[in-house]
Amino acid sequence: MAANPKVEAVGRDLRSGEEYRLIGTAFRRVDGRAKVTGRTQFADDLDFPRMAYVKLVRSTVPHARIRNIDLSAALAMDGVLGTLVGAELPDKFGILPVSEDEHALAVDTVRFVGDPVAAVAAVSEDIAHEAALAVKVEYELLPSISSFDEALRTPEPQMHDYADDGNIHKKVSLKFGDVEEGFEEADMILEDTCYFEGNTHLAMEQHSAVGVPEDAGRVTVYSSTQTPHYVHRALTKVLGLPASRIRVVACSNGGGFGGKSDPFNHEMVVAKLALKLGRPCKVTLTREEVFYCHRGRHPVLMHLKTGFKEDGSITSQHLRTALDGGAFGSYGVASTYYTGALQTTTYRIPNYWFEGARAFTNKPPCGPKRGHGTPQPRFAFEVHLDKAAHHLGIDPAELRLRNLQPPDSVTANWLRIGLIELRECIEAVVRGSGWKERYGKLPEGRGLGLACGAYLCGAGLPIYWNHMPQSGVQIKLDRSGCVAVFCGETEIGQGSDSVLAAIVAEVLGIELEDIRLCVGDTDLTPVDLGSYSSRVTMMVGHAAMQAAERARDIIARAVAAQLRVSETELVFADRRVFPAGDPDDGLDFSAAVVAAEARYGTLGTTGSYIPPRAPGRYRGAGVGPSPTYSYSAAVVEVEVDPQTGVYDCRHVWMAHDIGQAINPVLALGQIEGSIYMGLGEAMMEEQVFRRLPKKLSAALVHKMPSLLEYKSPGFHDMPGITSYMIESRDERAPMGAKEVGQGPLLPIMPAVVNAIFDAVGVRVDQVPATPELILKGLEAKARGRPARVGPTRFPRVDYGTPVEVPTPEQGGDGRARHDPKHRGLRSASGTMKDRDEALKERRSATLTTA
Amino acid sequence: MATATALPTGFTAAVLRVNGDEYPVVFPTHHTLLEVLREQCGLTGTKHGCELGECGACAVRVDGEAVLSCLKLAVEVRDSEVETVEGLQDGNELHPLQRAFADFGAAQCGYCTPGILMVANALLDRNDDPEDAEIYEALSGNLCRCTGYHRIVTAVRWAGAMARGDDWRPPEEDFHGADSQAPHAERSG
Repeated sequence: MAANPKVEAVGRDLRSGEEYRLIGTAFRRVDGRAKVTGRTQFADDLDFPRMAYVKLVRSTVPHARIRNIDLSAALAMDGVLGTLVGAELPDKFGILPVSEDEHALAVDTVRFVGDPVAAVAAVSEDIAHEAALAVKVEYELLPSISSFDEALRTPEPQMHDYADDGNIHKKVSLKFGDVEEGFEEADMILEDTCYFEGNTHLAMEQHSAVGVPEDAGRVTVYSSTQTPHYVHRALTKVLGLPASRIRVVACSNGGGFGGKSDPFNHEMVVAKLALKLGRPCKVTLTREEVFYCHRGRHPVLMHLKTGFKEDGSITSQHLRTALDGGAFGSYGVASTYYTGALQTTTYRIPNYWFEGARAFTNKPPCGPKRGHGTPQPRFAFEVHLDKAAHHLGIDPAELRLRNLQPPDSVTANWLRIGLIELRECIEAVVRGSGWKERYGKLPEGRGLGLACGAYLCGAGLPIYWNHMPQSGVQIKLDRSGCVAVFCGETEIGQGSDSVLAAIVAEVLGIELEDIRLCVGDTDLTPVDLGSYSSRVTMMVGHAAMQAAERARDIIARAVAAQLRVSETELVFADRRVFPAGDPDDGLDFSAAVVAAEARYGTLGTTGSYIPPRAPGRYRGAGVGPSPTYSYSAAVVEVEVDPQTGVYDCRHVWMAHDIGQAINPVLALGQIEGSIYMGLGEAMMEEQVFRRLPKKLSAALVHKMPSLLEYKSPGFHDMPGITSYMIESRDERAPMGAKEVGQGPLLPIMPAVVNAIFDAVGVRVDQVPATPELILKGLEAKARGRPARVGPTRFPRVDYGTPVEVPTPEQGGDGRARHDPKHRGLRSASGTMKDRDEALKERRSATLTTA
Repeated sequence: MATATALPTGFTAAVLRVNGDEYPVVFPTHHTLLEVLREQCGLTGTKHGCELGECGACAVRVDGEAVLSCLKLAVEVRDSEVETVEGLQDGNELHPLQRAFADFGAAQCGYCTPGILMVANALLDRNDDPEDAEIYEALSGNLCRCTGYHRIVTAVRWAGAMARGDDWRPPEEDFHGADSQAPHAERSG
């Protein structure tokens, strides 16, 4: 088909300030009925004839070489169909190409209690369980590492030979601007050491996957995954099959929060067993096993040093982080960068030095949890700012307002900031909470705390280097008037199906009921990278808009010819297509599709999205860029019992810079869910371990791998919530809509501890801020000692020679100083230069594929 | 029980009554009601989160009472009426609880939803106009990781109102967000 003539006036210009018809209304989510009737099919709800049940045999020791695996007793049991060991799947996988360090089943070495060693398949789950217990594994114990400090002290034996330095997996040192000079200009220099304990996603659904052998040597894997495309890639590598013979279907996830974003060993195992046994094979993890899968929040120790002028403006900042990564790479390299990358997005930091390091430890691997690497340094920064405000005698809200990063700017670390409504957010929560009248003036035991945050609207780069679309949407229309929308996106509860359907319906002027979705299926749907980094609304939304606009243009051309009117007069609304001046003259939507189908044949369109290229060109610049950022501000009110340290959150005021809510009820649900999860992290949640006594193997074991013992907030723990959505459409985002799934979590943890300080004068520089810690602070205060609890030292880490990058203000070009000639990485899809040239030809940052 | 001798040791045969339907099933005697509902009856609407009675995802009603089906053996309910989420709707019409949950964002991922719906259903059958505190109390054994709980409590109130024919609905702020220009108002917390 010839290039589409631009049909300017068809529908409306959705990027302008015009009213939307469906976008912004509180419609019932498209999967709402299925979710309340029990019809939503989660992975464990699937059942196939002849299906076998799989159990994994997991390591009981934290670090050991496997001497022998004896499967004979298991294989002798009635009903056991087969087994699998690591040697049968020797190829490694992992979410990041730089750290493919996982085996489907341990090959020589186990690295944490819970690391899978073997798998058994049986005709029933009971028999599989018994058989797994009957597998005997002999281990030769190796020394194990329980913390960052131990990893630093124990370079040998290395857990993974690709680590940067001993058992320090990754080291980063990035210096932007003249940090030392910035400190010299400061009137006050503040230093803080803070700690953020690890915690886990605790999605209600336990991970589950079913492998199904198909005709012609193909295999299908149904899984509770947030990232079917990445699982597809990992399976291709591990099974040694062409990608075209593997199909991955992402079932609706019963909650993800980042915990189902990695390709997992159990997915590899059921695929291989399905091919080996010629039967469908299902694995569903127990709750205990979910704690071993983990990939949750990294425990991070942080040291923050910031220079301030008397008026509160920031002159320089030096941030050091130490991450306890667990046994594998997972997303850890990205997590390490993220503990520094977004620090510059909220307030202007002219000179910035970030040093980060991640250690390997013999514990379940950490990875991305809601906010991925950002909540920890955000916590430190916002607590630090609260202290700075006190020292300088400036109101904490005012201090933040004075430092706001300007819109349409580039930060010292070369992130391009778009629309920023943080001022409005701060003002809304200040007004709503009565901050000016109440902060510092509430009776002893009650207090207010304020904090802010910012988050990505989609990571700018894909996980593996390529220049292809990061999201694709395909639309099929026919004479029925039904619009079928195909997209690889994954519904994890956040409402991605509803976002996709609503955007297509809005553009075509039809109802949600006219749309049929096919999502998260690597055979049937165009690639979307998955539900992570708050990328879905931005990227799926852009691709959906493009596909829908192309469909609209084709229909408009046919209708214009049939009605003998100009295309530019046509309006798509109320399931009709009609001339703006003569609404009665139009066609029903299905009749309009008939006109187009008759004229142009079978109808189909596609849409794609690639984020614009970010200006940073230094090594590490790939983590942090996003098409735009969302902003949040929160005020939390607490009441602390000074006798016990027990405290309640009484109320949370949260304002979120959302651009445009696609559906305000779903958006508010994301804000409330983020507040809830943030309060859990602030007050109680911790994924922690203990070493068993020597006589009991000295293993490092999870303290509480159960839903009851891992404390998370219940119905009674929730405070009142007032949520403000600051709607100011961002032209970088589809329909103007920014993310809302992760950003509002960020201010909660620091706002809670800032409120505790206002209530009882105790600084709690770590989370969870437990009553025991507060009590310790109160006791210190009573004895006239500093009323501060938290870490007191930061380890000596050799972060290596810093990569020095001149800032935009210094006239830099985004490259590091003394950078050896930047050749550009080459992938199967070309180099970045190739991509830039291809995009230039199309004169658009949105790749077109018509 | 003419065929009882044909049954292998460790298995039980029974006709379970679920949502008014009869399910003739054979199952391992030690299996829980949760397992038999999902695996023998094909009623996968009832979910599992822990299988230890910690999360409430598996709640169903047995003779009207909300119970955790993971802590109940199927053999214990042979003479009982079991109700699950699949039986909540009336024909093809959603129950008021289902309508309220779907329209008010009280179900996000929807995994904890069936259990919560069944507990709330038992509550509303006892009292169709519960105070918030009663709703909190009734649902205190259920965990949800997505919503932050408020929408669940309010949806239960809304459903109660719908069932009573009362036109109460949640405040507008819960549909569109609070007015960011509004000054501070004292709240009860």
